[in-house]
Amino acid sequence: MDGVHDLGGIAGFGPVEPEPDEPVFHHEWERGVLRTFLALGSSGVMNGGRFRHSIERMEPGHYLTSSYYEHWLTGLATLAVERGIVTRAELERRAGGAFPVSGPDRGVPPDPDAPDRTEARFVVGDHVRVREWHPPGHTRAPRYTQGRRGVVVRDDGAFSVPDVEAHSDHTRREPTYSIRFSAEELWGEGHEPDEAIHVDLWEGYLVADPPDQTRGAAR
Amino acid sequence: MTDVGSPSHGHDHGHDHGHDHGDPHRPEPLAPVEARVAAIEAVLTERGLLDRDALDEIMAHFEDDLSPLNGAKVVARAWTDPDYRARLLSHGTEAIAELGFSGPEGDHMVVVENTPTVHNLVVCTLCSCYPWPVLGLPPRWYKSPEYRSRAVREPRALLAEMGTDVPTDVELRVWDSSAEVRYLVLPERPTGTDDLSEAELAALVTRDAMIGVAR
Repeated sequence: MDGVHDLGGIAGFGPVEPEPDEPVFHHEWERGVLRTFLALGSSGVMNGGRFRHSIERMEPGHYLTSSYYEHWLTGLATLAVERGIVTRAELERRAGGAFPVSGPDRGVPPDPDAPDRTEARFVVGDHVRVREWHPPGHTRAPRYTQGRRGVVVRDDGAFSVPDVEAHSDHTRREPTYSIRFSAEELWGEGHEPDEAIHVDLWEGYLVADPPDQTRGAAR
Repeated sequence: MTDVGSPSHGHDHGHDHGHDHGDPHRPEPLAPVEARVAAIEAVLTERGLLDRDALDEIMAHFEDDLSPLNGAKVVARAWTDPDYRARLLSHGTEAIAELGFSGPEGDHMVVVENTPTVHNLVVCTLCSCYPWPVLGLPPRWYKSPEYRSRAVREPRALLAEMGTDVPTDVELRVWDSSAEVRYLVLPERPTGTDDLSEAELAALVTRDAMIGVAR
């Protein structure tokens, strides 16, 4: 989904403010969030895709005004409610007030029953383009790369497709690559030629896109 | 849309709900985050899904054993042992495991090398992916909208603001860890350190340099 979490390239955010001698945890409750994460992680009610998507569905205003551990808390509570472990009403009764959870899961897993595909279609040096498909559910193709052209710089082997595992009890693996994009391709005219942004993408997000002299003929 | 903006709407009001919802347009106050965490921990404990003592052992491991000191040892080894450096750059996960560092968020490591003509910067624009075994849990700024939005769009300006000038004749390579690989930057060895031991070199390596926000 084109959610608030998909922050790459959005303008208007201010300075990054590192904290000297930052502790691992700032508050005791953050430990409780990590314990909850570990507990639900080992209980089988979530995988990486489900967990990430539970956070991506947060109300945007809440997402931008809460800390990362509060994101985790909200996502984990959402999954606990959706999986029938507890009702939101019980959480709110115990907490003594409103307990926000994320919006509904609208994802549709792409070809969840298809077999694993581990043989790479692309090799280092291939020109590719990221599909413009903006799925309603979880994906790991950042919005700023969709429709953009790049070059394969690394083949990392096959991994579970997040778009499937977030919305299905099935998993399906396919190859992933690191794709190099020029700053100009992503952000338009006037960007420095000596900047490159590399994004790690699953094969299903990509289509072949040969350079100009052969474009069209090689499809 | 979601029902979170008006928390008293749109969810199941069980009979055990202890609040008065006479005015549906008046959202009830948000429970403090501490109370929300306590609520879900209590539920999971009662359901037999959360064993606090066992989990606190794992938490202690996160806090005590995972830290940038691990990554610094990797970097110092690479600075002093050319064969190790070559293995680290070609097979990062295995080379890092040689020093005893492995585990979740470090199962697929790629090490990218700074040179006089290349500077590398690591970000996760979609969430907070970070190489736990070598750097520990991420600092707050790494997970912030400010860093995640700007690192891919205006990295040179962002680095300058953070005190790191990358000259325009140095190629800037940003790595968005959007899949399963986690990245570690191998900084350049500082000049004038020929006489230092590996341990002394490790003490010079900062977390920020291994993310790429410092040189």
